[in-house]
Amino acid sequence: MNLNDLHKELIAAARSQLPGDRVPHTFEKRVMALLREPLAPDYREWWARGLWRAALACLAFMLLLGTLVLATPPRNSPSNDLSQDFENTMLASMNQDTDSTSTW
Amino acid sequence: MMHPIERTEAELIAAVLEGDAASFEPLVEKYSPRLFATARRYARRESEVEDIVQEVWLKSFQKLGSFRGDAPFEHWLMRLAVRTCYDFLRNHRRNREDAFSELGESTEEWLDRLVSQPAGGDERADAARQLIARVLEKLSPPARLVVTLLEIEDRSLKEISKLTGWSVPLVKVRAFRARREMREILARIAKDKYL
Repeated sequence: MNLNDLHKELIAAARSQLPGDRVPHTFEKRVMALLREPLAPDYREWWARGLWRAALACLAFMLLLGTLVLATPPRNSPSNDLSQDFENTMLASMNQDTDSTSTW
Repeated sequence: MMHPIERTEAELIAAVLEGDAASFEPLVEKYSPRLFATARRYARRESEVEDIVQEVWLKSFQKLGSFRGDAPFEHWLMRLAVRTCYDFLRNHRRNREDAFSELGESTEEWLDRLVSQPAGGDERADAARQLIARVLEKLSPPARLVVTLLEIEDRSLKEISKLTGWSVPLVKVRAFRARREMREILARIAKDKYL
């Protein structure tokens, strides 16, 4: 027996057998009774919906920040020296302390 | 018997969306036979078939707000039904895998009966129907869905794409894999005896 022939014969057999469309007695009534009951909250759907909303909010915030960064003109005296900027930042508090003690 | 003035589907759906759950009943009555016929393609036990159809109706009631009305309600409902049947097949995959390790004596018996009967006879057709039912049970969920829709129900790739939510190229790939899977199963059943 050829595998192709067997395949065709089986598919033809399946096609010839239409599934029944009989509906069990009072099935509609049971479905309607279920639908009238208060539905249990679907927590997974709530959670998924919340995550989507949070993701969209984050995306919008990111776009807003990106636009602001691009739209803001560069400062007049940009410092290209990162190490200098870092040192200034670190020493700023000490400078502040020195200024305050000199006041006293 | 006198019927009240029949409302159109659009009117019934609008009424359900406004909170009149009773307006859903005519839709359940009208489309349940079609849903049962669909579910019986994928589930064998009547209790499973009922569960599937019940779930389709519950989902359709919950998601009715997403029905836009630009296509017939029946199409929207059938998409939901096919996807619910697919979920059912995936959830029952464990049982299928348990059964896969042994193709079963009955499967071979049906093949024996099929081969021993003359072509065109009722006995042979009956054996073929029993055998295909067993082979379909051994297929993976996507393979079973695509074989059912494409080869048994003779639907187009585009229709299957709409029903399943898969892209047309994905349907083609899955159809190719499904045929290969089916041949592998047939070969396993028949290799020592008839091929």
